[in-house]
Amino acid sequence: MSATYTGPKVCLWTLDHADPASLATYVANGGYEPLKKILAEKTPATEIIEQVKISALRGRGGAGFPTGLKWSFMPRNYDGDKYVVCNTDEGEPGTFKDRDIVEFNPHQLIEGMIIAGYTLGAKAGYNYIHGEIFELYESWEKALEEARAAGYLGKNICGSGWDFDLHAHQGYGAYICGEETALLESIEGKKGQPRFKPPFPASYGLFGKPTTINNTETLASIPWIMRHGGQAFLELGKPNNGGTKIFSISGHVNKPGNYEIPLGTPFADLLEMAGGVRDGHTLKAVIPGGSSAPVLPADIMMGCTLDFDSIAKAGSMLGSGAVIVMDETVCMVKALERLAYFYFEESCGQCTPCREGTGWMYRVIKRIEHGEGRPEDLDLLMSVGTNIAGRTICALGEAAVGPVQSFITHFREEFEYHIENKKCMVGA
Amino acid sequence: MSLSAESLSQIDKEIAKYPADRKQSAVMAALRIAQVEKGWLANETLEFVAEYLGMPAIAVYEVATFYNMYDLEPCGRHKITVCTNLPCQLQGADTVADYLKQKLGIGFGETTADGRFTLKEGECFGTCGSGPLCLHNNHKMHTHLSPETVDKLLDELK
Repeated sequence: MSATYTGPKVCLWTLDHADPASLATYVANGGYEPLKKILAEKTPATEIIEQVKISALRGRGGAGFPTGLKWSFMPRNYDGDKYVVCNTDEGEPGTFKDRDIVEFNPHQLIEGMIIAGYTLGAKAGYNYIHGEIFELYESWEKALEEARAAGYLGKNICGSGWDFDLHAHQGYGAYICGEETALLESIEGKKGQPRFKPPFPASYGLFGKPTTINNTETLASIPWIMRHGGQAFLELGKPNNGGTKIFSISGHVNKPGNYEIPLGTPFADLLEMAGGVRDGHTLKAVIPGGSSAPVLPADIMMGCTLDFDSIAKAGSMLGSGAVIVMDETVCMVKALERLAYFYFEESCGQCTPCREGTGWMYRVIKRIEHGEGRPEDLDLLMSVGTNIAGRTICALGEAAVGPVQSFITHFREEFEYHIENKKCMVGA
Repeated sequence: MSLSAESLSQIDKEIAKYPADRKQSAVMAALRIAQVEKGWLANETLEFVAEYLGMPAIAVYEVATFYNMYDLEPCGRHKITVCTNLPCQLQGADTVADYLKQKLGIGFGETTADGRFTLKEGECFGTCGSGPLCLHNNHKMHTHLSPETVDKLLDELK
């Protein structure tokens, strides 16, 4: 039996239509109806938040934090400006789902942000778009113009008397800006260096005002939830893991790409949808949730279902749903060298353990890969990792350590072989 | 030194997105627009942007050096940035990068003698499913690269 999913899709359903990104396609399929209904009926914010809580929508950017709970942190009776911010700074190696929402269903993201703005009492919203996908920054601005012209944005939206506007803000090459407080700094026109928390953005966010930051896929799910109800969204997935989720699968599969499937789908089914491991090869290892997620060997991964809880139980994390597949030809030392370089390059430099530690880890892994490893290096790497994790302002430190410690834990013999024989075990 | 009227009008559009007392928020866009016009960001360009947005020059310099798509040195007419991160690497990015280096006769971070091409190594573009990938002058992405498509791309960039 071949694995397929034919049920409802929350975000990428427009791809089944001729002109997926157009306002006409979106409106012809019920788009902006939830917004109009909310504005016409003046639905109380508490009711909207309740539906989002029932839906068990968990943040799609990596942390999996319950969205309804996050929204409930925003102060209700704050006398001043508030903001809603969308995080499309998608730069975690392996992740490429939000770009497809912006490209193929921009209006659902716009509607989700407007509903978020209404619910949270915001006066404006910003969508922070990864610099390297600049073409989508331009196309999303065009979609905003369409929405404005149709009366969904700006003054007196849909005749409701309520004003709200949205804007695009560009990144320009800094992975760290995917961290929400670094992203806020970046919108303020500064270096993207994460802030100390507390205070959290809900009390001190953009321009010092209460702010909610959600991932693109999270915000794009909101109109679906408002239209079909929180319970229906929950039932698309499994308890505590509501909805469908876009999985970005890359690496050694025949058909890399995005697959929107229910949370709780077996990994084996996703692998099959992606055409299986590239022809003639066997599965060796999988990074299930973006490069920061600990790697899992094939046998463990083949026993997992794709939801936050199952992957956590297996010792990794679902993260952003970015599944990097590696076959038996991959040298784990070389793969880790590239990831370690990434974190070294992208550390913002603010905290000493991360700034110095990512450099140490990269240099040690590099010397192992290039035949200059020392017997004590693996213990050294584990210990450098332990001295970074938990000792930094943001999660980039932990993100850099996760791959190093998990690669060594699961594939220690490859690292030892490299050190001892000054060459690669793969193909030896 | 100044920027063209067209560039300034683009920057003004960006400034209008933010609260009136938050012009600094437009600095990333202003630097991008300035770089498109000038090819790279010289100190005098940074100073101009600082003055235009009412920021200290050092604050603009901090931003320009923090984000890696800004070029603080002269660059070839065509900057090719190749992602070599793990998912792209698994899909053949090293072969594409090696081919580019060999064909252009330069390494990462170098410019051809005729000033036509600069080659750079990039970090994740967030488009891994279509790798190997490169960016042309920061804004145009080319996907599913192979030595054949690289040949075609380079021929088009005069």
